[in-house]
Amino acid sequence: MKQFDYVRPGTIAEAVAAAARPGAVYLAAGTNLLDLMKGGVSRPDRLVDVTHLDGLDGIETLADGSLRIGALVGNADLAHDAEFARSYPAVTEALLSGASAQLRNAATVGGNLLQRTRCAYFYDTASRCNKREAGSGCDARDGENRSHAVLGWSESCIATHPSDFCVPLVALDAVVEIEGRSGRREIALDELHRLPGDAPERESALEPGDLIVAVRLPPAARGFAAHARYLKVRERTSYAFAVVSAAAALRIENGRIAEARLALGGVAAKPWRARAAEDVLRNVVPTADAFQEAAWRALEGAKPSGDNAFKIELARRIVVRALLLAAAGTPARMPALPASPFASTSGAIHA
Amino acid sequence: MPELNLTSAPAHLRHGSNIGQPLTRRDGILKVKGQATYAADNHPPGMLFAVMAVSSIAHGRVVSLDVAAAKRHPGVVDVMTPDHKPQLAIDPDIKTNPFVFRMEVLQSNEVRYANQPIAVVIAETLEGATEGAALLAPRYEVLPALVGLDAGESYVPPVVGVGNPAEHHHGDVEAGLASAERQIEAVYETPPQYHNAMEPHAIVASWDGDNLSVDMPTQGLMLSLARIAELFGVTHDKIHIRSPFLGGGFGSKGLMAGPPTLGIMAAKLVGRPVKLVLRREQMYGPVGHRAPTRQRLRLGTDGEGRLTALDHHARTVSSIFDDFYEPAADASHTLYAAPAIRTSHDAVRVNTGTPLFMRAPGEATGSIALESAIDEMASACGMDPLAFRLKNYAEVEPMTGRPFSSKALRACYEQGAARFGWAKRPVQPRQMRDDAGLLVGWGMGTATFPALMFQAEARAAIRRDGSGVMEIGAHDMGQGAWTALAQIAADAVGLDIDRVEFKAGTSDLPDAGIAGGSAHTATAGAAIHSAGAAVIAELADLATNDERSPLFGAGNAGVIAREGRLIRRDDESRSESYAEILARAGVAEIEARGTGAPNPAAMEQYAMHAHGAVFAEAKVDPELGQVRVTRMVGAFAAGRIVNPRLVQSQLFGGMIWGLSFALHEEAVTDRRSGRIMNANLGEYHIPVNADVPPLDVITVEEHDPHVNALGIKGVGEIGITGSAGAVANAVWHATGVRVRRFPIRIEELLTQR
Amino acid sequence: MNHSISLTVNGARRDFVLDDPRVTLLDLLRERLHLTGTKKGCDRGQCGACTILVDGKRINSCLALAISHDGADILTIEGVARGDQLHPVQAAFIAHDGFQCGFCTPGQIMSAIGMMREGQAGNDPERVRECMSGNLCRCGAYAGIVDAVLEAQAGMDETNQRRSA
Repeated sequence: MKQFDYVRPGTIAEAVAAAARPGAVYLAAGTNLLDLMKGGVSRPDRLVDVTHLDGLDGIETLADGSLRIGALVGNADLAHDAEFARSYPAVTEALLSGASAQLRNAATVGGNLLQRTRCAYFYDTASRCNKREAGSGCDARDGENRSHAVLGWSESCIATHPSDFCVPLVALDAVVEIEGRSGRREIALDELHRLPGDAPERESALEPGDLIVAVRLPPAARGFAAHARYLKVRERTSYAFAVVSAAAALRIENGRIAEARLALGGVAAKPWRARAAEDVLRNVVPTADAFQEAAWRALEGAKPSGDNAFKIELARRIVVRALLLAAAGTPARMPALPASPFASTSGAIHA
Repeated sequence: MPELNLTSAPAHLRHGSNIGQPLTRRDGILKVKGQATYAADNHPPGMLFAVMAVSSIAHGRVVSLDVAAAKRHPGVVDVMTPDHKPQLAIDPDIKTNPFVFRMEVLQSNEVRYANQPIAVVIAETLEGATEGAALLAPRYEVLPALVGLDAGESYVPPVVGVGNPAEHHHGDVEAGLASAERQIEAVYETPPQYHNAMEPHAIVASWDGDNLSVDMPTQGLMLSLARIAELFGVTHDKIHIRSPFLGGGFGSKGLMAGPPTLGIMAAKLVGRPVKLVLRREQMYGPVGHRAPTRQRLRLGTDGEGRLTALDHHARTVSSIFDDFYEPAADASHTLYAAPAIRTSHDAVRVNTGTPLFMRAPGEATGSIALESAIDEMASACGMDPLAFRLKNYAEVEPMTGRPFSSKALRACYEQGAARFGWAKRPVQPRQMRDDAGLLVGWGMGTATFPALMFQAEARAAIRRDGSGVMEIGAHDMGQGAWTALAQIAADAVGLDIDRVEFKAGTSDLPDAGIAGGSAHTATAGAAIHSAGAAVIAELADLATNDERSPLFGAGNAGVIAREGRLIRRDDESRSESYAEILARAGVAEIEARGTGAPNPAAMEQYAMHAHGAVFAEAKVDPELGQVRVTRMVGAFAAGRIVNPRLVQSQLFGGMIWGLSFALHEEAVTDRRSGRIMNANLGEYHIPVNADVPPLDVITVEEHDPHVNALGIKGVGEIGITGSAGAVANAVWHATGVRVRRFPIRIEELLTQR
Repeated sequence: MNHSISLTVNGARRDFVLDDPRVTLLDLLRERLHLTGTKKGCDRGQCGACTILVDGKRINSCLALAISHDGADILTIEGVARGDQLHPVQAAFIAHDGFQCGFCTPGQIMSAIGMMREGQAGNDPERVRECMSGNLCRCGAYAGIVDAVLEAQAGMDETNQRRSA
């Protein structure tokens, strides 16, 4: 790990000033950053430790019914907040399906939003990677790429965003509050992460010094609590990144879908909001056929970036299943295996 | 002085004593308190940290290293490179015996595989050494990398595994296939796998003049000692190795490899103690792995499902500079009674670290292919897979016609099937679902592993106070040598286990051979048994020749040793304690040595194997393709069980490795660069707790008078065989999709709805 | 630049000067405080061998900078037993053979203790498996680990019932 200056600012303003300098990065829990630094992927000159800043670790309901989650709230603390789980069950399920209990205890909400891709060529500093080193090339494009993007990728970059947490958040129109050199601003989470285009090194809408201070769920997000699920297919039963995942949330009124929300994970450089699929579900009866139609819409424009054509079909099937699960209703208790296809495996076997 | 004090478990944790008893681990308290000292836990005064820099190319030459930049980094003391290193006494590429692993110890600038050590940075702090290694920023002359099973011209290796011929046959396979009513041909692929013991390879080395002190996990203390001695040109008596605990080995700590050698060199270079620990990613190269295979099986059966021929060919790889060949096809030698069997191997050379034995080398890779093919053949015949296996049950070893020294496989099949409920299995696939709609499949596999014996020695002593001592340089890599061997030792000297000081894990003790081949308990146990018998015989001589003893005149054969006393066989009222015998004789301690070794005459006469039957239930999401094993039952017959608790754990572990083989493990190599792209525990998947279902192990009673004095066959590796195939077959039975490339991946199961 | 930090480690306050901000909690414990019970299996948060409790919560100490945890209360495997009196989880690991080589064991035990404090798994074996999935065991002692945790949990439930009765 490269030597760095360690700075522990006393205020948000000091933090922003300290982090605006070239070579500076924020340190929250460090569960991703330290991993990257140990691998030589990230070699910052200065770490601005924001973990001791006051006022960033609260969960509060605002007057308009929004929920504001401080950037330093721990992933596990948020997931274990009973009121939160009742109101936003798909978010809780996504949180609990990510990483391990130890990592969830350490990791923060703000940090999770900014976790970097798991693309092996990004991690392997001997490989060419446009994201790690602008203009160097992409060795993933013709490499071992069965887990790479099928939506929104470019010839410059086929990496995916690995977060589970972000997937239901983006479905629920989460908003990110940012403190920057020119003060406080907010943007939709859907606009925080960028698709690669020809500049995959620019991963987010953040400017130097920008600090995520909170994530906000708008009042409407609570309206889906009765029908919201996160589903994640992975190669181990637990402690694995998604091959593909989906968050589905429905507002069902009088047997019809009044409003649907759908987002996919593991398919693109950002959590992928599937608005076209949401549109076809408006005012329809929740049936498998309707969900099939939505799945086709959700994957419109998908194309393999390598040995990963299966992910398109898998994504369609996950969409259908996630919608079916959501339509069936949020379970009263979090399943033992959150977000797993095996979440409810018990009971008799029959021919 | 013993270097390790094992605290006895509190009485409530004790469940008995000596052979056959399910004693809890005697090293358990140390391990649960974090007091068990693994190599990297040592920190002698003045110690420096050494960190390897490894190659990012798979083939070529290092043309420059920025040594100056590394040396400028705070705390860096020295940088060991091909131009700046202590000289070795011999060329490390010379094979002085078959158990020499060629190693990279900076003998040249040549790069033979990715992750090869190319320099070592030594610093006052771990952080300094780590960054120093990064600052070396090597530049390379890159040559094309040879990657994969089709990398070049294939050849037939002279031997596979440890000294087996590459080809075997009995009967006429082509004629057998030609005459068959049904034939199948199938090709299976298995990936490169890495041992990934939880403990990374580590060494703490200190030189004091010519004397070398080493803390290092090793499965072969004396092999390591001999290799260090020849490399550094010092005599054996100058070297002391401590390896009281291994944090797992699985074969990767069997032979002296480059990295620990570099640690010893670094200590010599700087004249201070040095600790060198591999980073996880550095374990994917210089310390062995399981080679990939492509196996073609051809099977023929007559109209009643009897095999007429079995042809098993395996393609594998070795490195460009050394030879180890995964003997995958040899798995077909022992299990099924075909009148014609042929096994053959060929190989290509690739830019990889040299493959090595990894838990059930050959047996594991071969077993998943063979058990899949048997399942396919059973299905082709419309037969239940168990019925098919029973139809082709080998009453004698098929390749040689030798009788088995013992073989309780039929009982394994029966007991395992009954416990699992196999009889209710529909023959056709994709017939069962659970309440949640998941596909359910049941599969089985036959397990087998040879009952091997190596060479070992032990020293036993009885002390004046009546207590015993047993010394053997045995290795505990998790299998439980500290407990199981102590149980054997206690019985061997007729004492309660708490009255025997059991010493193991250091190189100054008698040679216990290698902890491998599932033979350590048998081999070391036989040596302990024989040393114990010898020291008791001496003690009996003292007593029976002394007219003051109540045992006078009983003769050696006339006494037995029990609970610290010698007792007349014909009159149990006449006995004398060890302490009394020694006190009267005025002897402080008597000692004797014993050996354990294979019995060539018995081996000539009998085929010696452990057997088992594994049954697995897998659930598969019908649309999403994700697989979960939900139940496994294994019934194993492996001779005498020294400690049922530890044996169950070993078998559980093996079954989990089988599950992992079928569903999880695979090193992904970039086909262009030859670099392994998932050299970490996040993406090289081994099962996590949630992947492992409730497991059930049955140990079937088996008495074997031929394998060794104690009748022990070994259980370290057999669990993986059979299990891998059982899981793969369960996935087929659930889905109707036969996947022949392992591990089974989601995309292969998406083909059908 | 030197940084003064203070930690409570297994109940004892430790003040020291950190000469390098790169030092992780894991390396601090192992190489500077010589508390080597906590193990380094991967150094990247992927195996759980380095699990310790920080302010009562289980985390991977390999991915935590010591300097950022100034003031933290740390519990490692060395601080779990009271002399010869094993913690119930430790005793249960021995009784159920919840380990073989023992290298992952300190992390497993710390994780189990942390998990029981979190209270999410209770006595449901499936939840225990899920909640213990951050601790890899290559020997394959998972069955014993789950049984050990369930036994310790049952013992704790019983104690709590007795207390409340």
